[in-house]
Amino acid sequence: MTAIPALSVEPELQSTRTFRHVLSVIVRDPLALASTIVIVLFILIAIFAYQVAPYPQEGIGRTNAPNTMLAPSAGHILGADRLGRDILSRVIMGARPALIVPIGVVVFAVLIGAPLGAIAGYKGGRVDDVIMRITDLFLAFPSLLLAMAITSALGRGLQNAAIALIISWWPWYTRLVRGVTISLRERYFVEAAQAIGVRDSVIILRHILPNTISPILVQATVDLGTVILVMGGLAFLGLGTQPPAPDWGLMVSEGRDYILNQWWVSTSAGLAIFIVVLAFNLLGDTLRDIFDPRQYK
Amino acid sequence: MRRLEFILRRLLSSIFVLIGVSIIIFFLARVIPSNAAALYIGPKARPEDIARVSKQLGLDRPLPVQYAIYMRDLLHGDLGTSIGTKRPVLTEIIDRAPATLELLFTGMFLAALIGVPLGVLSARWQGKPLDVAARTISIFGVSMPAFYLGLLLQILFFRNLHWLPLAGRMSTALRFTNPIEPITNFLVLDSLLTRNWVALKDTALHLVLPALTLAAYPIGLIARMTRAAMLEVLEQDYIRTARAYGIKDFIITYLYALKNAISPTLTVIGLTVAFALTGTFFVEIIFNWPGLGLFTVRSLLNVDYPSIMGMTLFGATAYVLINSIVDLLQAWVDPRISLK
Repeated sequence: MTAIPALSVEPELQSTRTFRHVLSVIVRDPLALASTIVIVLFILIAIFAYQVAPYPQEGIGRTNAPNTMLAPSAGHILGADRLGRDILSRVIMGARPALIVPIGVVVFAVLIGAPLGAIAGYKGGRVDDVIMRITDLFLAFPSLLLAMAITSALGRGLQNAAIALIISWWPWYTRLVRGVTISLRERYFVEAAQAIGVRDSVIILRHILPNTISPILVQATVDLGTVILVMGGLAFLGLGTQPPAPDWGLMVSEGRDYILNQWWVSTSAGLAIFIVVLAFNLLGDTLRDIFDPRQYK
Repeated sequence: MRRLEFILRRLLSSIFVLIGVSIIIFFLARVIPSNAAALYIGPKARPEDIARVSKQLGLDRPLPVQYAIYMRDLLHGDLGTSIGTKRPVLTEIIDRAPATLELLFTGMFLAALIGVPLGVLSARWQGKPLDVAARTISIFGVSMPAFYLGLLLQILFFRNLHWLPLAGRMSTALRFTNPIEPITNFLVLDSLLTRNWVALKDTALHLVLPALTLAAYPIGLIARMTRAAMLEVLEQDYIRTARAYGIKDFIITYLYALKNAISPTLTVIGLTVAFALTGTFFVEIIFNWPGLGLFTVRSLLNVDYPSIMGMTLFGATAYVLINSIVDLLQAWVDPRISLK
């Protein structure tokens, strides 16, 4: 008697299982746990910025001339900037464009990139060729350069900078999901669905895409650090958030001329970028170790 | 023969990519802006100028014709005229390229010089304090925004320690006391070639902080990639055999193992060269380095559209070429690649 293929071993619900696995690994790894806490904390601060910031109005731009260039003190623990605005409040309010917007950028990049990747990987042939050649073109640019060029074509500002970054980032997820899809295509649950005549669109939506969620989440975590850096860079160059609105990259740029004497104007915002990016990179490393067994030692 | 075919195929595919890149930039430069002609003349455009330039750029013609005009100008080296300086964009790029290249080469040289041994040591002493230290350096390197690191280094080395100059390529006084004869326009190299020791010291000191700032991110990436590649190689049978023969650990690590770990390292070095190209934008603003980055950023701030699009094209072309060169180098280092 020939062996019956062990269909039950085929984990269609893989993503939910690995999610629990990921959580247990993060909880056991102190660095990853600390990074997660830092990230969650920063996100909460960004969401409740108006409640947390000591001077929310100064945070979003109202000037306060008597406090110009106030050094860090009890009332303003991070000091005040050129226009007398409390820097702590501005760092807190600045978390929205600097942290929440990049998360949105990655989400949209995934929403555009992942379905295209699944279609390319599942259909193969000419469809695959066309989609992948297009991603090649976008990936032929350094991402910051493309984002810069798009932002200057659309006009500077936070929204256009975010659009520019989505346009230059989606191809990464197309590539990733295509690779995963090609390996899934040969699996029994996909073949079984094909055999009973399920439509291609349904197979992609119900059977392929849900199984690409874990690798996408890992990649998105790893990418978020970079996206935050690039977004901060655009703001620093004056292409993103426009004054008087706060943004970490912009704040570093605003304090640049005073760096030798009033160092506190630039340093806090820069430190905020560094801490958040470091947290995402550390967490990303742990996640990558779980999912890429070659590196998992 | 297979190798020649590989090289030709690789070059051909970069040509296709470059054509695609030119189409994307054409759209950004001519199609997406609602009034490209006005952007090309600048804020003081008179209606008759706009009409003239629209005709010149063919903005009233069908898109394929516009693209043909764009490509014709491009192939004649005409990237338009900078609104800021009133000089051809190509001239601006050529004039400023040496400053950026000097910075880029020095930065990447530093990055490879520090990153590769860091990765090797990290792998050799996996899990030991040395590994932890090396990994800390590399993760800090990839998490630190260049525009922030530059400022911190200025505070430390200029303001607090007085060791290094704040910004610029050389001291202003040098122009009068020990002028540098231009040969390559790489100031450090020119000072060396003309035995201008005073200038050599001055220009070299000016280069340290910008190069270090630029190198931080590549150091992190290179060290991480080298570590991963080395860990894989160190597990293989031939390394165990070499150990069994009693060959010195140093020779095994640096000669036998590194040789086979070098191919992925090369890829990441190539990728980071391209990444560092955009890194120079931030480094050049922070250190007032008179190169392409400073030019690009000024163009962005002044909405100098021809210069922005010229630099985008130049940057993307350089990126594609660097990646092709890396691929070819890889095939040369690891012949298996060209046989695939």
